[in-house]
Amino acid sequence: MVSSPFETPKERVNTCPEVADEIKQTTCYMCACRCGINVYLKDGKVRYLEGNPDHPVNKGVLCAKGSAGIMQHYSPARLSKPLLRVGERGSGEFREIEWEEALELAVEWLGEVRRSDPRKLAFFTGRDQSQSLTGWWAMQFGTPNFAAHGGFCSVNMAAAGLYTIGGSFWEFGEPDWDHTRYFMLFGVAEDHDSNPIKAGLGRMKTRGQAKFVSVNPVKTGYSAIADEWIGLRPGTDGLFVLALVHELLKAEKIDWDFLGRYTNATWLVIDNPGGADDGLFARNAEGAALLWDGARQRPVPSGDITAKAAVVGRYNLPDGRVAVPAFELLARRYLDASYAPEAVAGRVGISAATIKRIAAELAEAAFEKEVVLDIPWTDWSGRRHEKMIGRPVSMHAMRGISAHSNGFHTCRAIHLLQVLLGSIDCPGGFGYKAPFPKLIPPSPLPAGKNPAPERPLPGMPLGFPLGPEDLLVDGAGRPTRIDKAYSWEFPLAAHGLMHMVIHNAWAGDPYPVDVLMMYMANMGWNSAMNVQGTLKYLTDKDPETGDYKIPKIIYSDAYYSEMVPYADLILPDTTYLERWDCISLLDRPISSAHGPGDAIRQPVVQPDRDVRPFQDVLIDLAGRLKLPTFVYLDGEPKYPGGYPDYIANHERMPGIGPLAGWRGPEGRQQGTGSPNPDQLQRYIENGCFWTHRLSPDQFYFKHANKSYLAYAKSMGWVPSEEPITLQLYSEILQKFRLAARGHGPVQPPDSERRRVETYFDPLPFWYAPFEEAAVDDGDFALHAVTQRPMQMYHSWGSQNAWLRQITARNRLYVHPETAARHGLKDDDWVWVISHHGRVKGQVRLMQGVNPSTVWTWNAIGKRRGAWGLDADAPESNKGFLLNHIISELLPQREGGHRYANSDPVTGQAAWYDLRVRLERCTPEEAGTTEPLLAPLKAPAPRGLNLDGKLRYGADLKDPAPPSEDRAGSTFAEWIGNRHEVAATVPGVADGKGNVKRPAGDGEGA
Amino acid sequence: MTSLPRDPGPVKLGLVIDLDICVGCHACAVNCKEWNTSGHSAPLTDSDPYGAEPSGVWFNRVHTFEVVSEDGDSRTVHFPKSCLHCEAAPCVTVCPTGASYKREEDGIVLVNAEACIGCKLCSWACPYGAREYDADAGVMKKCTLCVDKIYNENLDPRSRVPACVSTCPAGARHFGDLGDSDSEVSLLVAARGGYELMPEQGCQPVNRYLPPRPKQPAGDGGAAALQPAAADAAPPGLLARWVDRMLSR
Amino acid sequence: MHPARSVILFTTASGAGYGLLAWLGLLAALDLLPAWRWLGVAAFVLGLGLVVAGLLASTFHLGHPERAWRALSQWRSSWLSREGVAAVVTFLPVGVFAFSWVVVGQNSGAAALVGLLASLCSLATVICTAMIYASLRTIRAWASRWTLPGYIVLTALSGGVLLLALLRLWDLPLASGFGWAVLALLALAAAVKLLYWRDIAAERSGSTAESATGLGEHGRVRLLEAPHSESNYLMQEMGFRIARKHAARLRRLVLLLGFLAPFLLIALGQALPGIPALLAALASLPLVGFGLVVERWLFFAEAKHVVTLYYGESRA
Ligand SMILES: Nc1nc2c(c(=O)[nH]1)N[C@H]1C(S)=C(S)[C@@H](COP(=O)(O)OP(=O)(O)OC[C@H]3O[C@@H](n4cnc5c(=O)[nH]c(N)nc54)[C@H](O)[C@@H]3O)O[C@H]1N2
Ligand SMILES: Nc1nc2c(c(=O)[nH]1)N[C@H]1C(S)=C(S)[C@@H](COP(=O)(O)OP(=O)(O)OC[C@H]3O[C@@H](n4cnc5c(=O)[nH]c(N)nc54)[C@H](O)[C@@H]3O)O[C@H]1N2
Ligand code: SF4
Ligand code: SF4
Ligand code: SF4
Ligand code: SF4
Ligand code: SF4
Ligand SMILES: [Mo]
Repeated sequence: MVSSPFETPKERVNTCPEVADEIKQTTCYMCACRCGINVYLKDGKVRYLEGNPDHPVNKGVLCAKGSAGIMQHYSPARLSKPLLRVGERGSGEFREIEWEEALELAVEWLGEVRRSDPRKLAFFTGRDQSQSLTGWWAMQFGTPNFAAHGGFCSVNMAAAGLYTIGGSFWEFGEPDWDHTRYFMLFGVAEDHDSNPIKAGLGRMKTRGQAKFVSVNPVKTGYSAIADEWIGLRPGTDGLFVLALVHELLKAEKIDWDFLGRYTNATWLVIDNPGGADDGLFARNAEGAALLWDGARQRPVPSGDITAKAAVVGRYNLPDGRVAVPAFELLARRYLDASYAPEAVAGRVGISAATIKRIAAELAEAAFEKEVVLDIPWTDWSGRRHEKMIGRPVSMHAMRGISAHSNGFHTCRAIHLLQVLLGSIDCPGGFGYKAPFPKLIPPSPLPAGKNPAPERPLPGMPLGFPLGPEDLLVDGAGRPTRIDKAYSWEFPLAAHGLMHMVIHNAWAGDPYPVDVLMMYMANMGWNSAMNVQGTLKYLTDKDPETGDYKIPKIIYSDAYYSEMVPYADLILPDTTYLERWDCISLLDRPISSAHGPGDAIRQPVVQPDRDVRPFQDVLIDLAGRLKLPTFVYLDGEPKYPGGYPDYIANHERMPGIGPLAGWRGPEGRQQGTGSPNPDQLQRYIENGCFWTHRLSPDQFYFKHANKSYLAYAKSMGWVPSEEPITLQLYSEILQKFRLAARGHGPVQPPDSERRRVETYFDPLPFWYAPFEEAAVDDGDFALHAVTQRPMQMYHSWGSQNAWLRQITARNRLYVHPETAARHGLKDDDWVWVISHHGRVKGQVRLMQGVNPSTVWTWNAIGKRRGAWGLDADAPESNKGFLLNHIISELLPQREGGHRYANSDPVTGQAAWYDLRVRLERCTPEEAGTTEPLLAPLKAPAPRGLNLDGKLRYGADLKDPAPPSEDRAGSTFAEWIGNRHEVAATVPGVADGKGNVKRPAGDGEGA
Repeated sequence: MTSLPRDPGPVKLGLVIDLDICVGCHACAVNCKEWNTSGHSAPLTDSDPYGAEPSGVWFNRVHTFEVVSEDGDSRTVHFPKSCLHCEAAPCVTVCPTGASYKREEDGIVLVNAEACIGCKLCSWACPYGAREYDADAGVMKKCTLCVDKIYNENLDPRSRVPACVSTCPAGARHFGDLGDSDSEVSLLVAARGGYELMPEQGCQPVNRYLPPRPKQPAGDGGAAALQPAAADAAPPGLLARWVDRMLSR
Repeated sequence: MHPARSVILFTTASGAGYGLLAWLGLLAALDLLPAWRWLGVAAFVLGLGLVVAGLLASTFHLGHPERAWRALSQWRSSWLSREGVAAVVTFLPVGVFAFSWVVVGQNSGAAALVGLLASLCSLATVICTAMIYASLRTIRAWASRWTLPGYIVLTALSGGVLLLALLRLWDLPLASGFGWAVLALLALAAAVKLLYWRDIAAERSGSTAESATGLGEHGRVRLLEAPHSESNYLMQEMGFRIARKHAARLRRLVLLLGFLAPFLLIALGQALPGIPALLAALASLPLVGFGLVVERWLFFAEAKHVVTLYYGESRA
């Protein structure tokens, strides 16, 4: 270095350091978006995680969570060995045991249950991306008591969509970002399609052709960049949307052709008040629904393409019955003055003028800006269409809709709106992602009405009932599942009710269980409603026997979460960089509207701890338990190689397995084909994913597109090439209603009749969310909701040294006027009080929030001792968890019965129904959150934290000085959304990022 | 020479950030940290990483502002900020050691960790809060514009770009030569009315911000409300109107 | 700005030291000081002691004190560097001057010229120190045109009271005359500080949250969420805030204890020569010292950095 103090030292910068010994590819799991990542490995450590530019999901980008994967992988909270509880539950007293002991113990517990009464195993998984395995495992075990987290997540979206349009929002469909002219986003802060939504919004706004309207009580994130913010009152979207429908019908701004061709709007509904067939579709002998052919003046099967179908009128059927086209019922309902903007404005908190204007804008976008693509295609009936004509109005919705007890009908209302505008799977509209669209509803039916010892179930535990006879209830109409899914209380609970399992198991209602096995769900904290109650259920003992009410709890987690200390046997999992995984078309794939895709994870680093991937463990257990399909007839395990072995070789049906790519002996087949021994290798060579791009004539109208339907059938997604007719009017819902009215063999117990009759309306309607209806408006005048922080994934983020610096505590955001009414200012502490309890938090004023709503970031509040954090971490002392005041049960109804705090149709947990009031804390109370539960006994933290400093990377930097032979390339300019910018800024070349080339397609190549 | 380059080259590398589409996801901030913690200024030390006062070295931070107009209408604006690689960088001229310097070849402002005495004066001189003191290392650190990435021949060409830029899910970040008025970023800045922060501070920052676009006009030309299709907009009227409407399949 | 102890100590101590040295050189040049050895010893030990102590203190807040020598290199552009150079250079004339006074017993004639040089260097050093602050646009309070005069006057003052004490100790005739000078300096110091405070209170158009974000045309800009929920270096270093009330109280303290009290004491000394005057001079030392430390603390605490505009402040 320099000698003279007056000489300026010149730095020699190495612009070409060696950054990796090796770059491996796999799939991110910092959230459920499943982006492809390039993992830079140096000295066996993870040097850098980068988005895989060739990956269909993220196309090279990585969100904050994904970018922080290194700190997740080296988290101080990582579990390191199987644990057996030695102290009381919750004490955190464990004994480290060997895997063999752990597995034998599990086999002993599970074997006993399977031999006596398989129902006594409740197997529930949380953020499970291997549901096709876990569900299959439960089926072979023979317990109906299986579900993943969908029941408290967004089953309302799934069910409403699958029972209406054969697809759904969530991550199973997407807006046609590149053609849409009007985009409406309902109740989304982040969602699963984390990066694709950001990318789509970025491209859409950069092109500047579309208007973006965000319907959300809070103006952050996506809503912050919306052209218009509709800050309505939580729980009122149904009213808002149906008022839009009212306006569109009144002005006849609806897509008649679309309704006639693709929906059941013209199907004849029998009008026979009091009759067993009232409200059902008129069908012919073959069971085909009928419509009225105005030309021939007689009913014809809906499949008759020569028909000229009537949309209104009363018609006499040959058998003397009277029927009305579904459209007339629909029109009569929504044209009613009660749905007029003026009538709903007050409740919704949005002016009638605004509602009317939005309706006008929708109509304008749909009918005056139609998108015409010169792509000839052939519909299901063989008719060729020269162009693809789209109504460029797209919509997306998620938990702001689903997490309410009226979410199912609200979501159906949104689909109704889309359908009336003809914007389903058309250019510029909402697009299905493979394997959707499916039959409405998809097969199969839920299985497990009468499980028997040592018998697998006849089918998968979760499915889609077609009517009352498919419910899982006993002769007396009582639930046969521990979570009461598919019972009269929650007939269409297609994802189960994970949020009720612990309560019900504790209460022995409908019956006690012996083993509760959970995977990847922090039920002891942020995924529990009523946290303290849940902890009580987990630790409560039977006074007689002195045993726990829930005798045995097996739990697989990778980290020391709040749930771990409450289990008896802990099966420590690996981190996502240490294991195989499979993101399958049988579960939640990575498809786009342009074609199917699936993916894998491969281990890129070896565990430095005695941990095993849960899927391996599950398969091992299946072998030891000799579960059918996991062992050969001689009892030898079928998948000695564990999960990778299963992924490559398991066949669900002949030719159909977890992965669709490179099937068949030579790996030349897609979708179907015999197992291919080096399938996984082929995936790895391709960046750990497989996609198939549909041909342009298959891009749209998939529900009625001959070429697409043929392809879908060949892939095993649909049983036939029949078109999928969108169900505006739901006959299935009507069947439940008829049962409630006393018709048919399977009827609800009297206590449920009114509820079923009310909520199984064949047409979408709005009702006040249950908590709102139950509590006194004066006492609890405010709504309280949460939002996902984009940089945090539920509870995982806080163990992450980088992410927690961004949000180590959460505030309660309050509108200035509301704050003024309560005498609150910034930084004040307040009690947030619900009918169930109270929690303490610190206030931040915010203009961009509906004045009747307060909100906070989800799952930032932590329990002391968890997650490898110090006991004085802000997360557990300043941050707060709203779940403390959300009850899993509704206030008592007449008769004392307390329903689950759920949607009456699907059982979806109604998190956002929460009503609260605020009380300013006294100076003494200010400063820390409450309830402040006793600290958990924390194990010795792992991780890289030395003397209070984290110096990650110090030893990974290339120490070499700049080398002469590597001068460094010249820089290349990078333009974000280059394709769209090129279209709007002359002089900018088309392409992507720093690669200038004509974009291959609308996605900017 | 810690005085600014006497004859700065024509190249002025910098970032252009589009506030119209930034959703405030923090990806740029975290990916920056992730790359740079093993990069030119490694490590980006975090103190008390799992404790009561976590605080680390970040080269890029995302703020969120609310802009409230007279009528109480508000805008939420997410605002990422890193070093703006100023042309008249005070962080350079105040530096007593020459550790803080601006590269002639591309205008990148760097800190020479070998020479820095950790006097922090540059952080006082920077109006934008872009200097990050690493107390553990006793030296000042800052955004390097990924100088060890943008030219790095060991990387796939598509990766030779600042980490914060390539990772931005919304595509809100751009990188290029703002010294060349015909460069793509310059054209973009011109087209979108890109601006510099606190010109009154006289630092002549190179980075530019693209302002939030005017919101799409309500109705954008369309009617304020739809006209009923029938004189009698109540069900009877409309239904009557639809009696002889037949839909083909 | 965060008032770092080391910096406050440095600027006040070395300021006093340079002040004393400057006076010695100046007065010697005017042939007003006898070249008595012990007076010299006392004066130079005191002056150089304070300077050295200050310079050492200033290195404490460095991340790499062992590299401090590097700070000399950038005198072309950096006031901090210039200060370093000036400080080092000052030692030469001061050293020679001290030598000829204490050892040779000669402080007039040629020696006086060296002394004059020493006092000019001392002054230069102090000016550099002041300019470090005065040249920072990011901190409006420091960019004030009264920052430099403030430093100079307070240096003269602190050095002055020290010298006065010595003069009284050796009971030199100059004492009373110099007493009047110190009184004038006290008055001047108070005036300059008052002007400084008025100046920084004046709402000159600085930067605002609107100009910091460029979002002004959409309305008033307020921070909704900081980038990190906990504090960070920038906030610890530059986010220091002090309540108006508290500041006002401290200002009064400076004026009363730091300036007025010593003024009265020394005025009293002027009236009653001999022991009382000596005691008065000695007693005024801690008062002025305390006053200056508080003044320097305020100088930092009251200075708002523009970066705070990104962390919740609306103007700076
Ligand atoms: N970064 C990150 N991404 C995630 C997750 C995460 O934890 N972090 N979690 C994943 C999971 S499990 C899920 S389920 C998805 C959920 O993704 P989102 O659906 O985005 O879930 P939330 O963050 O709950 O957003 C709900 C939004 O609805 C708004 N809202 C509340 N009530 C209403 C209402 O009545 N009407 C309307 N219109 N809006 C309302 C809230 O203000 C909030 O903005 O995100 C997934 N993606
Ligand atoms: N107030 C409020 N509560 C909510 C919500 C809300 O919006 N507001 N959202 C609800 C919704 S939609 C959902 S989906 C739930 C989500 O809540 P959870 O399903 O509980 O999801 P996480 O909090 O991510 O916890 C999952 C558990 O998986 C563990 N885990 C992480 N990685 C691995 C791994 O690789 N292997 C294993 N075996 N375990 C791992 C974590 O340590 C954690 O204990 O929260 C629900 N709770
Ligand atoms: S969205 Fe982020 S966290 Fe989720 S998979 Fe993609 S990169 Fe990973
Ligand atoms: S990554 Fe892009 S969208 Fe996210 S905060 Fe940074 S600039 Fe904004
Ligand atoms: S932003 Fe700050 S650190 Fe960067 S060049 Fe400008 S003054 Fe220096
Ligand atoms: S901290 Fe380092 S870089 Fe900054 S001014 Fe001091 S020596 Fe220069
Ligand atoms: S350019 Fe590089 S160093 Fe600078 S903010 Fe972006 S990622 Fe960080
Ligand atoms: Mo979820």
